[in-house]
Amino acid sequence: MSSTILNLPDQSTATVPKRNYLTNENGLMSWLLTGDHKRIAILYLISITFFFFIGGALAGLIRLELLTPQSDLMASDTYNKIFTMHGVIMVFLFLVPSVPATLGNFMIPIMVGAKDLAFPKINLLSWYLYLVGGGMTLAAMITGGVDTGWTFTTPMSTHFSNTNVVTTGLAVFVAGFSSIFTGLNFIVTIHRMRAPGMTWFKLPLFCWSHYAASILMVLGTPVLAITLVLVVLERTIGIGVFDPTKGGDPILFQHLFWFYSHPAVYIMILPGMGVISEVISTFARKRVFGYTAVAFSSVAIAVFGFFVWAHHMFIMGVSNYAVLVFSLLTMLVAVPSAIKIFNWAFTLYKGSITFETPMLYAFGFMGLFTIGGLTGVFLGSAGTDIHLTETYFIVAHFHFVMVGGMLMAFLSGVHFWWPKMTGRMYPEKISQLAAVVTFIGFNFTFFPQFLVGMLGMPRRYAAYPQEFQVLNVFSTAGASILGVGYLLPIIYLLWSLKYGAIAGNNPWRATGLEWQIQSPPLTENFTTIPIVTQDVYDYEWLDAQKEHEVTHVG
Amino acid sequence: MSDSHAIAAAGEHEVHEEHPPYLRHHFVSMEQQTETTSFGMWLFLLTEIMFFGGLFTAYLIYRNWYYPAFVAGSHQLDIFWGSLNTLLLICSSFTMAMGVWSAETKRHKGLVWSLIGTLILGIGFLGIKTIEYTEKYEKHHIPGHNFDWKGFTNPTQEEIAKGDKPLAPDMAQKTEVYFSLYFAMTGMHALHMIIGIALLCGMLFKALRGGYMDGHIAFVENFGLYWHFVDIVWIFLFPLLYLISRHQ
Amino acid sequence: MGLSPVLWEFLVKWMVNFAIIPPEASRIASQVDALLVFMTLVSLVGLVLVGLLVVGFSILYRRERNPVATQIEGSTLLEATWTIIPLGLFLVMFVWGSVLYFRIYTPPPNAMNIYVVGKQWMWKAEHPGGQHEINSLHVPINQPVQLTLISQDVFHSFSIPAFRVKREAIPGRYTTVWFEPTQIGTYHLFCTQYCGTSHSAMIGEVVVQSAEDYKKWLNSSTSGTSLAQNGERLFSSLSCNACHNGQPDSRGPSLANVYGSKLTLTTGQPVLVDEAYLRQAILNPSAHITQGYAPIMPTYQGQISEEGLISLVEYIKNLNSNYRVQQTLNTTGLLPEQPVTPTGKAGSSAQGVAKP
Repeated sequence: MSSTILNLPDQSTATVPKRNYLTNENGLMSWLLTGDHKRIAILYLISITFFFFIGGALAGLIRLELLTPQSDLMASDTYNKIFTMHGVIMVFLFLVPSVPATLGNFMIPIMVGAKDLAFPKINLLSWYLYLVGGGMTLAAMITGGVDTGWTFTTPMSTHFSNTNVVTTGLAVFVAGFSSIFTGLNFIVTIHRMRAPGMTWFKLPLFCWSHYAASILMVLGTPVLAITLVLVVLERTIGIGVFDPTKGGDPILFQHLFWFYSHPAVYIMILPGMGVISEVISTFARKRVFGYTAVAFSSVAIAVFGFFVWAHHMFIMGVSNYAVLVFSLLTMLVAVPSAIKIFNWAFTLYKGSITFETPMLYAFGFMGLFTIGGLTGVFLGSAGTDIHLTETYFIVAHFHFVMVGGMLMAFLSGVHFWWPKMTGRMYPEKISQLAAVVTFIGFNFTFFPQFLVGMLGMPRRYAAYPQEFQVLNVFSTAGASILGVGYLLPIIYLLWSLKYGAIAGNNPWRATGLEWQIQSPPLTENFTTIPIVTQDVYDYEWLDAQKEHEVTHVG
Repeated sequence: MSDSHAIAAAGEHEVHEEHPPYLRHHFVSMEQQTETTSFGMWLFLLTEIMFFGGLFTAYLIYRNWYYPAFVAGSHQLDIFWGSLNTLLLICSSFTMAMGVWSAETKRHKGLVWSLIGTLILGIGFLGIKTIEYTEKYEKHHIPGHNFDWKGFTNPTQEEIAKGDKPLAPDMAQKTEVYFSLYFAMTGMHALHMIIGIALLCGMLFKALRGGYMDGHIAFVENFGLYWHFVDIVWIFLFPLLYLISRHQ
Repeated sequence: MGLSPVLWEFLVKWMVNFAIIPPEASRIASQVDALLVFMTLVSLVGLVLVGLLVVGFSILYRRERNPVATQIEGSTLLEATWTIIPLGLFLVMFVWGSVLYFRIYTPPPNAMNIYVVGKQWMWKAEHPGGQHEINSLHVPINQPVQLTLISQDVFHSFSIPAFRVKREAIPGRYTTVWFEPTQIGTYHLFCTQYCGTSHSAMIGEVVVQSAEDYKKWLNSSTSGTSLAQNGERLFSSLSCNACHNGQPDSRGPSLANVYGSKLTLTTGQPVLVDEAYLRQAILNPSAHITQGYAPIMPTYQGQISEEGLISLVEYIKNLNSNYRVQQTLNTTGLLPEQPVTPTGKAGSSAQGVAKP
């Protein structure tokens, strides 16, 4: 591996600054009643990691069952509950809040030059709502589970399932408001609390991505909320809006559900793309190529993302002409993502590149998101969607974009900003190893799923025809490797809290306001509100700074 | 670029400018605080529009499909109560606006009386809704097990005199869809009213003890926005639910 | 598609042998595969391009080799290039895929119709001749077959990977899909929409047979009553014939020749009478009253199963006077010989569908 850009203070004399947001106040209540966006971010980080591992354990059980063609590890009903809970937890309790609620919460106020988000109390409320939603989900899981699939398809969920649909539906409803309030906070903060001189086009692309994702959170999630309310009402008192025997239409549910759940996937990926912009820029020592194009692409993805929902319904008997419209729009929404990938690739051109862990994860993102995104085009084209939909091809597609894309971006961001959040460096060698292990494990797990889906293996099957076994075994083997790749960071990141090297203000010599302040930051972030005169990603300005101004501690 | 001030050096403290005690310190000025809070409230109301939007979409589709059932269902609602409720809410929006003005101009009695007026009108609205819901319960028009659609195949003389036609059984069954939407929409609206009334009580309590007279009136102003929004939702619900094909 | 047929066949054989794609057993399959191959190639090229850029730049511009980065704002030309080329490629896939989609969901006029009812957790196929199968579907080779699908409970999805077709079976309304089998054999049939406990067990076989074997199968599996005959029985047992008795002063319109015609409803709205319309008219008659008639038809919602509805629909289809002639034209050689029933109505399987 090449020499790093790592710029640490003298380890023999450096210490973590005594006064910082972690040490400012002590005691449990100071955490549970905090308004500090950074503490809330840490609270979220702990919570979503907890739920991630539950969702991951469920995934492990799925893969174990699928080692053999028979449904022999557990009863079918149990398997159905397990993949449902896996989906619900991973989508609503991990992917949606992951980057925004942790890294977004932590960094956005600092990046815009503010002392906190616009509404700190609502930020805290948002975390409590998340906990309530998560708690209700766990309760539903423990008291019998849910087996409708995370998509709550009616009439299965309203009339035929005998499981905790109502509890889970309400849990997601509550967690949805957590998401709405986070998005609301971000939009208002970015609009109203930028420091003097911080114009829109001096904002880091991380902020642009979060802004676009927040628009989706704020406008889309309420539709999911009301849809779940209707499902709960139908299930409890039988109102009949989705019941064909009473004149209702189950396809209406599909429209309402996917109207949120398609933008939801962009809610999940856009913040990750924001991380990639920051990481690639830093580790190539270059401003992002085509900053304006990337910024506008983020917004374009958000806008177009609202108009493609029925591509989840191509085979459900919607009119052929509706299919034409949605297929066309789906092709259009793919273009901004392609633009971003190429812009990131060209950011590397004539850069000065090093391969620290965040950069490795970013490269993984680029490859895997490209594959995932392109397979999305396979699905957006109506004729091929007929063959591929509802098979493992779909499962592979969304795991490539969500796990190969989003989760890698999340890990990239966590490693990138770890020194800022904790004042400590993670250990580089083992983390690079973990990144590589994750990449390999991921490909082994999910690439065979494209193949087995192309062959026709349906999704949500506990048992399958014998001829699909080899590919499934590969997939499970990969999953075990992937699990190792995810466990390692927990271990060494926790280790680094005590034993990691002291990071100093700017170990990466990165641009951005967050790197000009101490690590970990003060509670109020800045002692004086900065006045921003330099450009975003201004490496020339950075290099002109005196060494100690950039890297001193505290 | 050479004289950037972007680095925040530790140890410097800004001159502590004069500011009201209720300025939250993550804001640099009162102006920023009020503008930001207002922006946040408007954005929240936008999410509320999306929230009700799902119900309006369902209403649109089913009214299109089952128009005769919607007409018959709508005629079961009492225009008198509906109109009275509309009047009550419009008046309560007026009293709320007076309350905001009173707070802005530091009129203590004006604020208290305006809030009391809004509260009474709001509770009146809910009272009337209770009367209406009770009537629905008695007539077995609440969707679910006890829903009675047979009455729509055989309207009473009174109803026929008003122009109601008997519905075929399968269309009569669709009145359950109408009433489902009626209860979902007015119920969700009523829930928002209840939340509003709870907040109103809190505000009134604080106002009675002299609050909101020091210029810190963001809560009153933003609550006013919320209250007007709930009123506007009702202004849409009333004609859509009560006034389908009324020709007298 | 620019690829010689021989090369294409070789490629397909290789892909099927190595289990990359399912066998191509329907006429549309190779067309779908052609688009899939195109998409895969484009994706490979794209991926390799991105990979080369990333790896190439990483090697050329790694820190040891290039210690100082050159700050570049961007390039409008490049932006235009990588906007327009992907957009162009995606639009090609859009058009190609849309054409395929229309083809898969628009049956030809000579397609024979088989009804499929999905329920938790089995598929029931109903051939017009009265043959029933559970979790299997026998079809003749080289004959377009349309499936009319419906679910009795939750969403299911009827999938035949070897044919590259799939369609959701929805409660409350018919959906259709068609295919023309081109290869004799047995292929997988899956339910691909999660439907509860035994979703994974809702699988079966599609058996493509030669014309003779299919005839033999029809003969051996028939219950003796075609769907239309069953429908005729229901028509009288449910008292439909009380109003729809074909007399000039009857309370309900005559149903002879109604299938395939255009009706005007009392609302003035014109409708095409297809299977979906007939089913709706039985379940929700007051939204479907023919002009000139009173809305007095009772609803049969809850009183009749989906199989019953299918039988009634088949019976009504069979009342078309030219229907039997069309059957003969479309399906000569396929039908087992059946005696004509005393009422003069065709007792033979109504295997052709005259699509107007």
